[in-house]
Amino acid sequence: MTYVKPSFRHPDLPKNDLGFTKKDYEGAISTLCGGCGHDSISGSITQACFEMSIAPHRLAKLSGIGCSSKTPTYFLGNSHGFNSVHGRMPSVATGANLANRDLIYMGVSGDGDTASIGMGQFVHAVRRNLNVVYIVMNNGCYGLTKGQDSATADVGSISKNGMNQFQAIDLPALALELGASFVARSFSGDKNQLIPLIKAAISHHGFALIDVISPCVTFNNNTGSTKAYDYVREHITTADVVDYVPPGEEITMDYPEGTSADLTLHDGSMLQLTKLAPNWDPRDKLAAMQRIYMSRAKQEILTGLLYIDPNTQDLHDLIGTVATPLNELLEEDLCPGSATLEEINRGLR
Amino acid sequence: MRSVAAVNDFVVRFANVNGTGSASANNMFAKAVFRMGLPFSAKNIFPSNIQGLPTWYEVRISEKGYLGRRDGIDLMVCVNPQSLPQDVKSVSSGGYFVYDSTKILHPEFVREDITYIGIPMMEICLREYTDPRQRQLFKNMIYVGALSMLLDMDFEVFKGIIADEFKKKEKLIAPNIHAMELGRNYVAEHYEYPLPLRMETRDLVGDSILMDGNSACGLGAVYGGATVAAWYPITPSTSLVQAFEKYANRLRIDKETGKKKFAVVQAEDELAAIGVAIGANWNGARSFTATSGPGVSLMNEFLGLAYFAEIPVVLTDVQRSGPSTGMPTRTQQSDILLAAYASHGDTKHILLFPANPKECFEIQALSFDLADRLQTPILVMIDLDLGMNEHLSPPLKWDDSRKYDWGKVYDAEELEQMAQYGRYLDSDGDGITYRTIPGTHPTKGSFFTRGTSRDEYARYTEDGSVYVRNMNRLLKKWDTAKEIIPQPEFYQQGNQNKEGIIFFGTTTDSALEALDLLREDGIELDAMRLLSFPFSKQVEDFVQAHERIYVIEQNRDAQMRSLLINELEVDPAKLIRVLNFDGMPITAAYIQGEIKGKLKS
Repeated sequence: MTYVKPSFRHPDLPKNDLGFTKKDYEGAISTLCGGCGHDSISGSITQACFEMSIAPHRLAKLSGIGCSSKTPTYFLGNSHGFNSVHGRMPSVATGANLANRDLIYMGVSGDGDTASIGMGQFVHAVRRNLNVVYIVMNNGCYGLTKGQDSATADVGSISKNGMNQFQAIDLPALALELGASFVARSFSGDKNQLIPLIKAAISHHGFALIDVISPCVTFNNNTGSTKAYDYVREHITTADVVDYVPPGEEITMDYPEGTSADLTLHDGSMLQLTKLAPNWDPRDKLAAMQRIYMSRAKQEILTGLLYIDPNTQDLHDLIGTVATPLNELLEEDLCPGSATLEEINRGLR
Repeated sequence: MRSVAAVNDFVVRFANVNGTGSASANNMFAKAVFRMGLPFSAKNIFPSNIQGLPTWYEVRISEKGYLGRRDGIDLMVCVNPQSLPQDVKSVSSGGYFVYDSTKILHPEFVREDITYIGIPMMEICLREYTDPRQRQLFKNMIYVGALSMLLDMDFEVFKGIIADEFKKKEKLIAPNIHAMELGRNYVAEHYEYPLPLRMETRDLVGDSILMDGNSACGLGAVYGGATVAAWYPITPSTSLVQAFEKYANRLRIDKETGKKKFAVVQAEDELAAIGVAIGANWNGARSFTATSGPGVSLMNEFLGLAYFAEIPVVLTDVQRSGPSTGMPTRTQQSDILLAAYASHGDTKHILLFPANPKECFEIQALSFDLADRLQTPILVMIDLDLGMNEHLSPPLKWDDSRKYDWGKVYDAEELEQMAQYGRYLDSDGDGITYRTIPGTHPTKGSFFTRGTSRDEYARYTEDGSVYVRNMNRLLKKWDTAKEIIPQPEFYQQGNQNKEGIIFFGTTTDSALEALDLLREDGIELDAMRLLSFPFSKQVEDFVQAHERIYVIEQNRDAQMRSLLINELEVDPAKLIRVLNFDGMPITAAYIQGEIKGKLKS
């Protein structure tokens, strides 16, 4: 089946600073189920990139396998994409990032792709502080193979295949433990929260995890599921509200004193945080961990920017590569030539 | 008793305890042979262990220039009581047994047909040194000293080597020379020297170098323009990426900033290692990984992706004895079929077979050009013997007029002038299509790379006819590859005989020696050395032109023979197996014996 999007758009569509309309950030028509949370996330990514005036060709989108990993086809059609193998997107993203540190890398994964088959690669990408936006479209089940529980399904959660008895992996908690420098959780149905978080993650210089609860309308949206739309809406609790202010733009919003905090990111953009919890500071890792555990005990889904360290060193900083992207180095930069080889030969006699 | 007498033609084996510093002493011995202008080959026969288990080092000196391993030990230096019983047994009749005579040799280890030369190594050490570590290290130099006297080696050469070795730790020069002298003096006082087994200085190595294949591959990757190396430690490939990093740290540092023009990632496993390499190549950098058989097994899925999605990637497989963990510190050529057809579905990969360090360097460098040109995995197939042992090799050569072949890549200007870009459009008719690198053009040239089936414009499709068209184009590319990858080497003018032999990689030295031995027996054979897979027309012609061909390889299942039968549709009866798979490098005598036994009588 071929899906064709109508190419007609209103001539007065708003344009961003680069002269692109939102259409320039869209992809092919989604083939996911109607009402799938993933499509909302794709929409948020599209919107965030449009509003940030990201040149589409300066962003590369990467994914593994699964429903979530199909989505890069459905957003940013003018960006290069790489749909790799199941659970291995982090390694491909690592290689891509090492080859060219100047592009933005948008990694999209799912709960199976990250928390099961790809767990090994996920944790090591976090450890290396790879400069990537890592979005997990988390629905607690395997959609493409018809609804088996995934490793993020809560104990006691009921899917169409029955009740899950095994412990759930909490990806934000795990990422914090591993030293992630940006950890957030959101809900696919809450664009107002998700879009600024995506923008902040793009501006962040290092590994940025956004765990997005994204209900599976076909296999895991029933009564008893803790990742159903109704359940999530009833149990969501927000740690903070983030507003993203691009580099150089004047801060116009006004918050009551004591409830807001400003954070400057690596690229000069600002994050304005409205703290909903008392004494909340997303730079306090210990507090973030504690809040996550407390929320879980209360069966709340804690969302927002849970932790950020705005001044981290990414993989390139840590291993000391040159500022020029490695894929732009020329033969004269790379090949030492015959005279040097003669010297090496002499040392081997 | 008749003692073995020979000048510049014998085998010395050292029996040591792993982790006692014997390797550097033994290497010094080999280097002295080299600097005396004598061709030789050296093999480390080591355990999968850090300290304590027996380890051997074998040096074959060959005035005739035969560099393969030779069975039969003419002189054993036994410094390991643990392996002494088997070491005594392994000496050829008429040979020599040098041992530590601090303790009296038990009578059950006394053979009537070999000469015993006792050197009280430990006793000398106890007398001379107080520090236990020194006692151990200098014990090694004592036996090297004794050997130099027994075998009539030039002491000045050793002094030169020691001076080079300790250039940065000058105060160690004199004590090392002194330790050697202790051994030399003991021999002078107690034995007739030199033995009938001895060396004479010659000028037979020319401008050759001494290098291991892993280092040569690592350096080849630097010269070939690799910027991203990703790997997971595994014997026997570990030292390959380490060599890349060592040379890159020397040759690829930005002078102004001190920053690196390369990146090395020690990945969490082999899956990630090749994933990183594929991601980097996809993004326009030259990238590679190195591993051994178990790693290739893990990399299968990604190799299929790179084949189908057409992403360049270079993988060097330093083969060891399988299956499974097998004998991890022994050599074999047993990953041929695994590598050729790695991954599910209809996949096949380009394999390259260097045979010495010079070729390791050149072929590793070339592999990046081939990967970019053919947009597919290139597997450089070496083995533990080539990778980890130092080999006498022609010097490394680089032609400064040679330019990298970056393959078919559209730049921004070309894209700008294009109505529509199709990633998998075969516009040149050679099966190779044009790729674009992310970030090239604001609105043109982006595409979606995927392991799923797609049409010429990289759009997902499950249309069977489009799928078949694409799979057939990949075959066309495969045919294009046959003629641009390294071609076989022949050792005769045209075809002269009805029978021939085929060999590759580290079998080469022994195969060439076997040809000489067979010629002495009145048996003439044509010879072809394979340098690559798929097989080109030249390979096919050689196979067609001979009635019977002996395929010599170092695995149980005759994997290269299977590949020849499968790909060239040869009558299996025509290809005769000559196989060695005990984990030790194949010998000429073995090949000679096998072929003589299988000759059509």
